[in-house]
Amino acid sequence: MTAKRKQLYNVVIYPDWCKGCGICAAFCPKKVLRIDHQGKARADREDECVNCGFCELHCPDFAIVVRPRNGLASSMSGPTPETADPPSAASGAASPLSAASQSPEPKRA
Amino acid sequence: MSAMQRKKRTEAFLLGNEAVAEGALLAGCTFFAGYPITPSTEIMEVMARRLPHVENGVFLQMEDEIASAGAIIGASLAGRKAMTATSGPGFSLMQEQIGYACMTETPLVIVNVMRGGSSTGLPTSPGQGDVQQARWGAHGDHPIIVFSASDVRECLEMAITAFNYAEKYRTPVILLLDEITAHTREKIEIPRPGEFEVLSRLLPTMPPEWYKPYEETVRGVPPMPPIGTGYRFHVTGLTHDPLGFPTSRPDEVKAVTERMFRKIDRFFHDIQIVDHDLTEDCDTLVIAYGSVARSARLAVRQAREAGVKAGLLSLKTLFPFPRPQVEKLLRTCKLVLVPEMNMGQISREVKRVNSGITTIRTLNRVDGQIITPSQILKEIA
Amino acid sequence: MAEVTQLIHQYLRHNKKFPLVFCPGCGIGIVLGSLVRSVHALDIPKDDMVVVAGIGCSGRIAAYVDFNTVHATHGRALTLATGIKMASPHLRVLTVMGDGDALSIGGNHLIHAARRNIGVTALVVNNFIYGMTGGQCSPTTPFGSYTHTSPQGQMEKSFDVVEMARAAGANGVYRGSVFHAKALDGLVQRAMSRPGFNLVEVMTPCFTQYGRGNRFRSPVEMFQWLKDTMTPREVYEKLEDKTGKLPMGVFVEHDEPGLEQRHAAMRQALADKGGAGS
Ligand SMILES: Cc1ncc(C[n+]2csc(CCOP(=O)(O)OP(=O)(O)O)c2C)c(N)n1
Ligand code: SF4
Ligand code: SF4
Ligand code: SF4
Ligand SMILES: [Mg+2]
Repeated sequence: MTAKRKQLYNVVIYPDWCKGCGICAAFCPKKVLRIDHQGKARADREDECVNCGFCELHCPDFAIVVRPRNGLASSMSGPTPETADPPSAASGAASPLSAASQSPEPKRA
Repeated sequence: MSAMQRKKRTEAFLLGNEAVAEGALLAGCTFFAGYPITPSTEIMEVMARRLPHVENGVFLQMEDEIASAGAIIGASLAGRKAMTATSGPGFSLMQEQIGYACMTETPLVIVNVMRGGSSTGLPTSPGQGDVQQARWGAHGDHPIIVFSASDVRECLEMAITAFNYAEKYRTPVILLLDEITAHTREKIEIPRPGEFEVLSRLLPTMPPEWYKPYEETVRGVPPMPPIGTGYRFHVTGLTHDPLGFPTSRPDEVKAVTERMFRKIDRFFHDIQIVDHDLTEDCDTLVIAYGSVARSARLAVRQAREAGVKAGLLSLKTLFPFPRPQVEKLLRTCKLVLVPEMNMGQISREVKRVNSGITTIRTLNRVDGQIITPSQILKEIA
Repeated sequence: MAEVTQLIHQYLRHNKKFPLVFCPGCGIGIVLGSLVRSVHALDIPKDDMVVVAGIGCSGRIAAYVDFNTVHATHGRALTLATGIKMASPHLRVLTVMGDGDALSIGGNHLIHAARRNIGVTALVVNNFIYGMTGGQCSPTTPFGSYTHTSPQGQMEKSFDVVEMARAAGANGVYRGSVFHAKALDGLVQRAMSRPGFNLVEVMTPCFTQYGRGNRFRSPVEMFQWLKDTMTPREVYEKLEDKTGKLPMGVFVEHDEPGLEQRHAAMRQALADKGGAGS
């Protein structure tokens, strides 16, 4: 992928699991999400998503998956818990409480 | 010492409490957790001395009896044969955990050396006041097995039996002693491994994906793998379905509750252990357990000498109450005496079985003193 | 970051009903996520992982995760965990307890587990309230807060879980929050990979039973409160004005061997002396 082209993401919400608590919408740094009239999260501004990971880490109901738009196939057929590499960006070596690790910065999955 | 070792069997001069500990170790107990309380403490002290020398043996002194019961439940879930020992006040504290063990079908042995009185009562005196508590102490309907022992040899035997039944039926087993039995010192033979039966819980024989921890089986006792052996399942005190997950579906609730009772009821004849002493032709019967049975044994002999056709039914199983054995004798005896160091806890059961067949007399002593042979003799001769 | 959620899905029990039983916006789900991510990051096989939970909303975590799970009685999770760890020291034992569970009814077990230094990780899910029973005050309910059993405001002081665990002798003591999920992962992993008794207090909002009665208008506001309040310990200590701030991070780290390790050493010593053992 070239440095200039902006990577796009799909922000998939499983409505059956979403309880509409609004946490993802409130804290998304790019205001990608909102709660729709049915009380479910909806990614209205999907193109703005920078895959910061906040929503996935904080959805209490595991109802959001963010995937690179062209990497769909690989992550779908993806890792099983036995074979998956530890998601380094998500949980791996992050030192506890380094303030930076909390700030929603764009990261590549 | 060397002379003793050369003999085929070892003889030992033991307290009832020490014999319980020996029996437990012979039965394969490798885990003990407890909290000191008179008159049960010697059991704990023997285990503290012995377990470090047993392969993988673990001894823990916990912060209270609730923790002690919790620790042995955890150990049992991890595959150990585990035991605790206590006395009245501690036994009261354990009740919620005992109920949990019943609900989760976790094998355990809990020894309660009964002392006198309610509350702190008479810490160094004998009593038999915890009999109905042993049966019904934990809330809610639950099956349970309660044994007792009347002398030092029986302490050892019943400790082994308690472990065997706990494992066989996946249930807590309560062994009730009284202070007299616990603190009597006698010479007994210590059996050698191989001379007695040792049972262990059924392990699953199917691959983990097919295992259902609370499945209905022919025996009603589902197999139980130790935690951490590939069978990942959920253990909960909530009423659960065959997979172990909480349920409130009436059909599932009914099924699991009934199976828990059935697994004990079905094998009722296996579980009821009694000793008959001169009962073949008796017309006057004493029903006793614990140290009282010992006094009764002597009293019955003396009564025979005095020409009374007396007999003794000594109960080693208190619950499930050995109804068929008792009922048969009620039909042939004109007088039945139930002496107890309480206000009448087993006599309630006898009366329930009797329902008018014969005359039931009770002899209750609650002053912290033993019931003597002559007291019993006076009632039957 | 798709793998974040997918990973969790792979550790959930597929025969359980979803969504989770928790209320909308309840932080307990995030604790669950953090637990799963930590186990995965530490590469602990599911078969070696034992989760022992107490009774309360937080205890409900156990049924969802595909580990060996035990849902104990109220307050007693640590007692069962102690038995399991001593019986099978190779297992990784973690308890999940609510604030009421761990500190009120189970307070005695907590301090003794810490003193004993049993090799168990304890997550104390602190939501300031008895959630499951419908909003009564707990030992961590802040002074002055309103609950069903403190309708005039809580008049009792609350426990500082960290200080209590420290005083009781825990090998490791940590505090995190569900808003700071990534940092929480780090703390949980750290607690799980060290010997002896390690406790992580996790601050998490209960809007349903605590927030509504205490001027919060939504779960989001409670997350905002966590964001504003929780301060890394290093930063907190330098603050002139600490009001309205709560430190989080690593508070205690000793390297004493766990009780099960001491037992193993004792048995080894006996065996070396020729006195059986092993
Ligand atoms: C012995 C006993 N007493 C009381 C209860 C009722 N009870 C269930 S959960 C709970 C408190 C839960 O509060 P907490 O531990 O903070 O957990 P939360 O629900 O807030 O996660 C109580 C009192 C019980 N189950 N057992
Ligand atoms: S955080 Fe999760 S449950 Fe809450 S609104 Fe967003 S998707 Fe729905
Ligand atoms: S990953 Fe970050 S930017 Fe994208 S939707 Fe989620 S919170 Fe917003
Ligand atoms: S009552 Fe509180 S703690 Fe319990 S599920 Fe609801 S929000 Fe969570
Ligand atoms: Mg709580």
